[in-house]
This record gives sequence, structure tokens and C-alpha cells, in this order.
Amino acid sequence: MVVKVYGPDYASPKRVLVCLIEKGVEFETVGVDLFKGEHKAPEYLELQPFGSLPVVQDGDYTLFESRAIIRYYAEKYKDQGTELLGKTIEERGLVEQWLEVEAQNFHPPIFDLVLKVVIGPLRGLTPDPKQLKESEDKLCQVLDIYEERLSKSKYLAGNFFSLADLSHLPFTQYLVGKMGKEYLIRDRKHVSGWWDDISSRPSWKKVLELWPGLY
Amino acid sequence: MGVKLYGHPMSSCTVRVMACLYEKGVEFELVPVNMFAGEQKMPDFLAKNPFGKIPVLEDGDLTIFESRAITEYISKKYHAPATDDLLRSDSPEESIAVRVWVEVESHHFQPAMSPIIFQHFVAPLQGKAPDQAIIDDHLAKLAGVLDVYEARLGKTKYLAGDFFSLADLHHFPYMFYLMKTPWAAAVTDRPRVKAWWEGMCGREAFKKVAEGMKFEK
Repeated sequence: MVVKVYGPDYASPKRVLVCLIEKGVEFETVGVDLFKGEHKAPEYLELQPFGSLPVVQDGDYTLFESRAIIRYYAEKYKDQGTELLGKTIEERGLVEQWLEVEAQNFHPPIFDLVLKVVIGPLRGLTPDPKQLKESEDKLCQVLDIYEERLSKSKYLAGNFFSLADLSHLPFTQYLVGKMGKEYLIRDRKHVSGWWDDISSRPSWKKVLELWPGLY
Repeated sequence: MGVKLYGHPMSSCTVRVMACLYEKGVEFELVPVNMFAGEQKMPDFLAKNPFGKIPVLEDGDLTIFESRAITEYISKKYHAPATDDLLRSDSPEESIAVRVWVEVESHHFQPAMSPIIFQHFVAPLQGKAPDQAIIDDHLAKLAGVLDVYEARLGKTKYLAGDFFSLADLHHFPYMFYLMKTPWAAAVTDRPRVKAWWEGMCGREAFKKVAEGMKFEK
């Protein structure tokens, strides 16, 4: 029975899609329309009690939270596809560290920007410039630290591509799309080089081709 | 050269890691970081964690930050057969559930709790009055999260299943502080959440870290 991923048109599910492609795991997708509120329907809440995307169904198992899902599949399929967790417990520790950096430091400001600049206007909302500046400033502080890190290390966790880099793909793609904030990446030489590297992976190109989303 | 943990015994994220170290029986040295003097923003500390936050763990050549990355590392590295695996790696079903509920704590519970704890405990230490609007807004969010927990704990004894795991452990620091606020009813009004919490308080590891958890300068 094939793995089912719900909500491919949106960013967080794409974290799962790109991971499954890197690991060579077959899957199918099930559309969920956020604008119609399908994520708050009782049948969806049975699967994901917080009403967030994605959900994955894999045989008898239901999984949610994209970063839990990618960790699970990266471990389960450790022996096939791209190695995404490093080779040793210590390398795994650094992958986990930068995955947490993405979740705790990078994600909140970029998610706020995407919500206000991309999603909000689709619902007729106008962003507050002061709040936008606050989130952008926070994101810049994080990207400055990335710039320093990536001047010493090819990828975030070390000289190997990992889940930590992969986890940044879906929301960073918004920055370089019609959001008009590509300068945040391009103004930083090493972040820019890192972005070009990870976003040109065949797995990410395939995700963008099949599920172009709102970028 | 043993394990060193840079942090502070009242800091939630330091407590999260200390609880894990105690659960796994790992000896460590707690190196205090003077947050009130801004030590975590000084060059020596930034060399360990460029984000200027505690805790940081040093174990041999490895320096690692972000509390939930540290607990994951400790759970893997120091898992001895005699002690329970906090990650339940031997069972796909159990390990999936642990991963999911670890993320639930990180992305649903913590964002609701953290501003409440900050406004109630930390703001006064900085000479500011708590912002009740922020507290009320986040109490409403917390209620939604704890309703999901109440339903979940009707099916399983702990969050990931009928076994204590990293998912439960990660909740300890913020739950401990919540019970010391005027809004502990968020827990005590929900019988299963209350039973889950009270069960965890009996754990030796939690009793040890609780001793240092006082918000004072």
C-alpha cells in the first residue's frame, strides 16, 4: 500500500514530498483546500487533531507534523536513496541541531512573512508594515548567522546535505518567488550559494514542477 | 573529560536537557551561565552557540545546542539496554508516535506556553508589568492544545502510547511553571491531563530538576 501525503499544494507538506523523493519512496498525494477550510472538517481533524498540514497515511499508521515525518522516513529508509542524517551519532546530533534551528529560529519569522505577504492578500488582508519589518529583521538576524556558518561549512550540519538543509526548501522558495524578498538570500554570498545548491537538486525541481503551489 | 552542560537550573530549556540526562543516568557537570549579566551574548559563549541561547552541551569533541536536539542525541548515545528507550526505536509504530508528539510539544504546546511564562515570571524580573492581553490570548490557545491532549490521554497512558517517552519529558519544564501560575486550572480541570502530569511528577529525574526551578535573580 502506497504512502499517501495530504496537502501537496502547500509548503509544509512539500518538506515530506522532497524527502520521500530523495529516499526513493513511492507515494501518492491527496489534495486539501485550505481556502475552503477542508483542514478544519471533522474527517480531517480525525487524522490531525490540530487541523494542520500535512498528514501522511502509511498502511495502518497516521503521521502528522512534517519534521516528525521526515525524520521517520529518513531513518526507516536509511539504507536507500540519499543519506539525510549523517553517518555517525555525532553527525546526527548536528543534523538535529540545525533542524531545530530551522524550526525554532528560522520558521517563525519566515512563516509570519509568508502569512502576511502571500496568504493574507488572498483573503483580502493588508499587512501591517511595522509587523512585517519586525519579522524581516528577525529573519535577517538568523540569516546572518547562517552566512557565518556556511562560510565554514558547505551545508548546515557539515559538509554533507541533510534533513537540516532540506527542511528549509519549502518556505525559502517563497522568498525567491513572487514575494519579492529574494534580496534576503542574494545579499548573503554563502547563503546564496547554499540556496542555489539545495534548490537545484532534482528532487526539489520535481516537487516544484508537479505542485507549483503559491510560489 | 565528561559531559558539560552550559545553562541555568531555572531555565526551561536547560531543565529539559537536565531531566533527560538524569533519566538516562548520564553524569554531567552543569556550568552556570549568568543570563542576568548577558553572558550568553558574549563572544566566548557565542562561539559555542551563535544564537546566544542556553543550553549548550559539550561531549568530547561535539558541541551541540537546541534543547530538543540535545535530548535526542543523549537518548541515542546513552541508551543502555537496561534503561527504557525514550525514543522507542525498536518499534516503528511507537517511534512514529514519539516523533509526532515531540513535534506537537514543539509547535503547539510551547508556542502557547512560552509567552505566558515570560509575561508572568520573567517580565517582572526585568521591571515590567505582565501584559494580560498576551497572557489571555495564549491561555485560549493553550486551552485548545490541552483539549487535544485530554482526548489523546483518554486512549493512551502517555502522549505517544502506554509508555513514557521523550514526548512527555519535553513538557516537564513548562508544565512545572504553569502549575505555579494563577492558571493551573488549565491542567487541574482536565482529569486525564492532571493524572498524566501528577504521574510524571513522581519521576526521580523530575524531582531532581525541580529543586533548581525558581525564578529569581
